[in-house]
Amino acid sequence: MTATTPDTLSTSAGPDGDSPLHAPVDLKIPRSLKERLIERLFGAFAMVSILTAAGIVIVLFGESILFFQQVSFGQFFGDTQWTPLFAEPHFGIWPLLSGTLLTTLIAISVALPLGLFAAIYLSEFASPRVRKIAKPALELLAGIPTVVYGYFALSFVTPAIQSFIPGISGANALAAGLVMGLMITPIIASLSEDAIYAVPRSLREGASALGGTKVRTIFRVVLPAAASGITASVILGLSRAIGETMIVAIAAGMEPNLTLDPREPVQTMTAFIVQVSLGDTPAGSLGFQTIFAVGLMLFLTTLVFNVISFRLRSRLNRGGHA
Amino acid sequence: MTTPTSRGSGHRSTLLILPSGQVGEKSLKLIGMLAIILPLALLAVLIGTTFIQGAERLSGDFLTDLPSRRAASAGIGPALAGTGMLMVLTAAIALPLGIGAALWLEEYARPSRFTRFVELIISTLAGVPSIVYALLALEVFVRTFGMGRSILAGAATLALLVLPMIIMASREALRTVPLGLREASYGLGGDRWITLRTIVLPLALPGVLTGVILALARAIGETAPLITIGALTYVAFVPDSLSSAFTALPIQIFNWVSRPSADFHVTAAAAIIVLLTVMLAMNGLAIWLRSRLQTRIEG
Amino acid sequence: MVASKSAPALPEPSHAMTGHADAPTRAPLFVLPDVADSSEPAPASRMHAEDLFAYYDKNQAIKGITLPIPDRRVTAIIGPSGCGKSTFLRCLNRMHELTPSASVKGYVFLDDENIYGPNINPVRLRRHVGMVFQKPNPFPSMSIKDNVLAGFKLNGMKVPRPDEVAEKALRQAALWDEVKDHLNRSGSSLSGGQQQRLCIARSLALEPEVLLMDEPCSALDPIATARIEELIRELRSRLTIVIVTHNMQQAARVSDYTAFFYQGNLVEHGTTRNVFSNPAQKQTEDYVAGRFG
Repeated sequence: MTATTPDTLSTSAGPDGDSPLHAPVDLKIPRSLKERLIERLFGAFAMVSILTAAGIVIVLFGESILFFQQVSFGQFFGDTQWTPLFAEPHFGIWPLLSGTLLTTLIAISVALPLGLFAAIYLSEFASPRVRKIAKPALELLAGIPTVVYGYFALSFVTPAIQSFIPGISGANALAAGLVMGLMITPIIASLSEDAIYAVPRSLREGASALGGTKVRTIFRVVLPAAASGITASVILGLSRAIGETMIVAIAAGMEPNLTLDPREPVQTMTAFIVQVSLGDTPAGSLGFQTIFAVGLMLFLTTLVFNVISFRLRSRLNRGGHA
Repeated sequence: MTTPTSRGSGHRSTLLILPSGQVGEKSLKLIGMLAIILPLALLAVLIGTTFIQGAERLSGDFLTDLPSRRAASAGIGPALAGTGMLMVLTAAIALPLGIGAALWLEEYARPSRFTRFVELIISTLAGVPSIVYALLALEVFVRTFGMGRSILAGAATLALLVLPMIIMASREALRTVPLGLREASYGLGGDRWITLRTIVLPLALPGVLTGVILALARAIGETAPLITIGALTYVAFVPDSLSSAFTALPIQIFNWVSRPSADFHVTAAAAIIVLLTVMLAMNGLAIWLRSRLQTRIEG
Repeated sequence: MVASKSAPALPEPSHAMTGHADAPTRAPLFVLPDVADSSEPAPASRMHAEDLFAYYDKNQAIKGITLPIPDRRVTAIIGPSGCGKSTFLRCLNRMHELTPSASVKGYVFLDDENIYGPNINPVRLRRHVGMVFQKPNPFPSMSIKDNVLAGFKLNGMKVPRPDEVAEKALRQAALWDEVKDHLNRSGSSLSGGQQQRLCIARSLALEPEVLLMDEPCSALDPIATARIEELIRELRSRLTIVIVTHNMQQAARVSDYTAFFYQGNLVEHGTTRNVFSNPAQKQTEDYVAGRFG
């Protein structure tokens, strides 16, 4: 690759040791056009992200507007049945919301204790060597493809549950929720550990000096101080669970069901989108547009959660405690 | 805690009664250890059981056969080919975009409100559920651009999905290159691009590659976005062009898992073994690359 | 002979230092090199700055400097920390403007050509005005030989006879004998002093007219420092050198001309001999005598 024009030095080197006094010094080459083009090109690459974000917003809102021109808000938020593809369609979003909510709650009720106690152990008890191994090991949980988790849920967890709770249907929210919980444990563990680790030593020492046991110090002083970070981790975990698709699509069932009973099959917002995609709903039809309306709800919900989580974490970075 | 000596006054006796805290501490430590070991052990059991179930179906034929109605002869040939092609295409799209964007943010652009805005967008995009990307791709790639249910559309979707990850990893890698080296290069008369190309990027390469490999390892397991944009779940051919229909390994797994027959679950297990092995290899490669090229910087 | 030319302004070294009346007299604080006499006319200036201002944002780091840089001589720039000497140096090869929010006003001439003129490509300029930095920065991904030739690669130029060019530059930097058998080793496998000489060789390979040195020895041990100072004295016959240093003795040892900066202003400039032994300004005298800085 040649930068400007390939050339040799404009000064000729004379006999060893002597450079000519006033050799022509050629400085008048204009600023490289190539340089400017490259900068513009890379800038354009960076704009792809902005385009993506704009695209998401435009597409989701655009199709949703078309949807809501045919389905009123009253129907959407008032009806308790979700059967958009039936001959007599109902467009109440609540069953999907409850499906998402149920599986998410089950997931967090698994991940929170596991993640939090793991975090406590890692930051308060574990040696640096253990921490170096355990942290990446926990991250493994987050790296398993979700379709594999779905398989786990259906093939192992569901039968196990069925032996405890006879008569439970093959597809249920509990199995999916439990496995999702496993998947999001690293999020809780990792972020909580950061938050706990960031609590200043002076606080712990102060508590000890007052006669506090380690356990009490942790629960009365350290955890409250790390509260915003821990909350941030939970919110992020919730966000991840809300957006999760394959585990619920495989194990939780595809029946929209307005319930909070974990033993029943439910359909989440994400699973619904997959269901429609697997089918033959013609593009441009109302049925097709429903997935964008649902997608919009999904996007807004996770966005809000992510922003809250981020805010909480930056408070942590700036000050240390809640 | 030392046991307090008895002195006989009222509040001393309270000290005698209170537990020393050792039991509580030990219990907490134990619970903490369990909290780590339990999920990992569970994962190991799950993977192990899957392995045992699916191992019988693993064979060379399995890797190349077409899927079929009979579980015993179903193979992952097209799925594997599809996944392979997807990875190559996704990398081909996301790598230049990602590195270019990272270079622009780190090396060219002067920090301003606009660049902070771009950074904000990128980190927000990192948290968007993958199925939302699919909806975007559905509208833009499949319909508006007319790519249809093609492997190109699939790769484009995955590329958008992993782009934030690649950008962030590349920026980190660029930051590890000391400023003095850039200065030395400018001092010798190099312009910015040649400095980046000759001096900075070669040194940032391990970090960038690691980021790319990890991003691809994540993309390889993505199922939902591909289904949504129309990857077929039953494909009996290897994709032969950019515009051809396709399937991928996770989709094939999903298809088999969804069947009621237990035989297909075994096939699914075998496919899962293949998928996990590939991912393990990719992660291992990333780690090895990182350590090998790291020593290059230390000289 | 040299010592007797020391002006009375310089503190008498021996007694004040050791406190013993009968201590042996030490060498004077400054050993002035055998250089141009103050009576000799200064050679034509290779570069000169005229009314130069430099800013970081709105802060004036350099306030209206006018300074000639005589051809094929060593000019030292001295002054306390923060006085603008490094900033000034970076204006000479237009690296100052690489810092975000930095700006320059005024003129700098290289051979009657204003380097801040509208048609000047700053990147090309740096081929002719080279720079050596405080912290040696050989390129770790390149071998010693490739480091020396890096300037060509970075300028997109082909090297006519690479081995010869590399050897010549390494000899000029007094590094050849030490590395000639290891040319393929990594650039960062050398000691600090050797690395710095490698960086000098790297700059010299491009045969610049001027070489700028920004505190080149401050990260090095005394022995390495001495070798580089020796090198500077040798190089003087071939190129114009401007060296920024916070070490006054070093300035006295290696330079022909000295400029004293203080808080962004050029306080005094003249032959090194004059500036150190017969300064015109009281400030200069105070600084040189070590009363502040």
